[in-house]
Amino acid sequence: MTNYVILGTGVAGIGAAEAIRSIDKKGTITFIGDDPHGYYSRPGLAYLLTGEVEQSQLFPFRPDDYKNLDAHFWRGTASAILPQLQMVQLSDGTRVPYDRLLIAVGASATRLKVPGANLEGVVKLDTMEDTQHIIALAKRARSAVVVGGGITALELAEGLAVRRVKVHLLIRNNRYWSNVLDETESGIIQHRLKEDKINLHFESELDSILEKRGKVAGIRLKDGKQIACDILAYGIGIQPRMKIAQEAGITCDRGILADEHLRTNIPNIYTAGDVAQVFDPISGRAVIDSLWSPARDQGRVAGTNMAGRSMAYRKPVSFNVTRLAGLTTTIIGNVGIGTGRDDDMTIARGDSETWRDLPDAIIAQGGFDVNHLRLMVADRTIVGAIVMGDQKLSSPLQTMVRDRIDITPIRDQLLAPNARIAEILVNFWTQVHSNRNNGSPSAATATSGLRELSVR
Amino acid sequence: MLRGLFQKDSNHREARAEGYVVPDSSRCLQCGICSYNCPIDIDVRRYAWLGKPVQNSQCLTCGECIIRCPRGALRFERTNLFVEA
Repeated sequence: MTNYVILGTGVAGIGAAEAIRSIDKKGTITFIGDDPHGYYSRPGLAYLLTGEVEQSQLFPFRPDDYKNLDAHFWRGTASAILPQLQMVQLSDGTRVPYDRLLIAVGASATRLKVPGANLEGVVKLDTMEDTQHIIALAKRARSAVVVGGGITALELAEGLAVRRVKVHLLIRNNRYWSNVLDETESGIIQHRLKEDKINLHFESELDSILEKRGKVAGIRLKDGKQIACDILAYGIGIQPRMKIAQEAGITCDRGILADEHLRTNIPNIYTAGDVAQVFDPISGRAVIDSLWSPARDQGRVAGTNMAGRSMAYRKPVSFNVTRLAGLTTTIIGNVGIGTGRDDDMTIARGDSETWRDLPDAIIAQGGFDVNHLRLMVADRTIVGAIVMGDQKLSSPLQTMVRDRIDITPIRDQLLAPNARIAEILVNFWTQVHSNRNNGSPSAATATSGLRELSVR
Repeated sequence: MLRGLFQKDSNHREARAEGYVVPDSSRCLQCGICSYNCPIDIDVRRYAWLGKPVQNSQCLTCGECIIRCPRGALRFERTNLFVEA
């Protein structure tokens, strides 16, 4: 009987346990995790903060689901992995033996390192406790400063604004999320944030947090300017929790390195989720995705391999749908525009390293209102896209990028000045969809010679 | 007014016969907003986890889950062979 141990109770671990149990009905599965809430929707914390959902709703599994998994949940902190003994040691000294081990401990929010960072009122949006704490503080807070440049910072800003806290958002660069969004896209988000009465401070860098009786009273910027506030919220990226793996001699880079079967360099030890830096045979490099769906998929593949079958993880086109300033936004594939890094972030939640990949590109724009579409057009394929607002083209573009659909028939039309990109794509997609349903082959090709298109 | 009510009910039955809510699991974060807002407490999120259409005879096809989903993970898909999707 095989003894499976899973470190971490997030979606990657759950995905692995489901895969193991579907193959091996008899083996023991033991989860070891230090999160008192166990498995819940971490991305859903943003919606708990805005009040769109109740805390109890963030727990996807019902008792029956846990029963079906037939797993043991052990609340504790793993302090060491002992590969020679095939054991995990907990902080209380307990040793748990394993035949197959999955490290799926995720990532933690990067800590703020400025004077005053330990004051009461300095918050992050990383765990259930963090969210409960922010909600409690917001009840009596009048104003807050939010630091950070990605999705989490906006979730904090919007969540606090909904709770009637006056919000100041500090942006280190001259526009929002400048290494993923282009100027027009940043502009749309900034405009909407201003409409929501969120005060934007560009090229502003936090110097220190000001104190009054042990609590946050304000902040000082590097240029000396001060802003009074009761809350300092930050979302400046995440750090994979790979210390335990490093100490066990497992090879790590920015995360725990895994091959396409999610194996580490040490026999019988696998990894998945936000902590894993997984080899992608197509690009030939190992990357980190901090995304829910890939974490689940990686867990599934790891679990399948742990249970004795052989399955390779094929990294999908990095894809996320998020809400930026209330505007539904889909980011697909390589959309980076190469204007440097945002706020010293390596990677943030809901983020993929591959989005920053920059091809040689030119820009064309046009359009109306808040609906915005940007395509990264290669010789015969679309390799990336951003869809803001109207999401009708989101799924088709996801498929077109993922399956490398040959767009030769419409490439010239797309690249023409003032092209009606959305209409061209809709007509093309209707044809492709129809051909696929009729069994006609769809073309695929390698990418090179990129062009960027943008339409509003 | 009564006719209107019957008409409404008839529309629901018709809608149920013509299609159902279909999730795209790759977009779902399991946040539960869909289940939370379902007026008859269908656990829509569970269908999304399993990647299965919401084939629940109680579903009103009211579209509340589709509208509320912050990630556009749900759509209505017709099953009626004679109506174009």
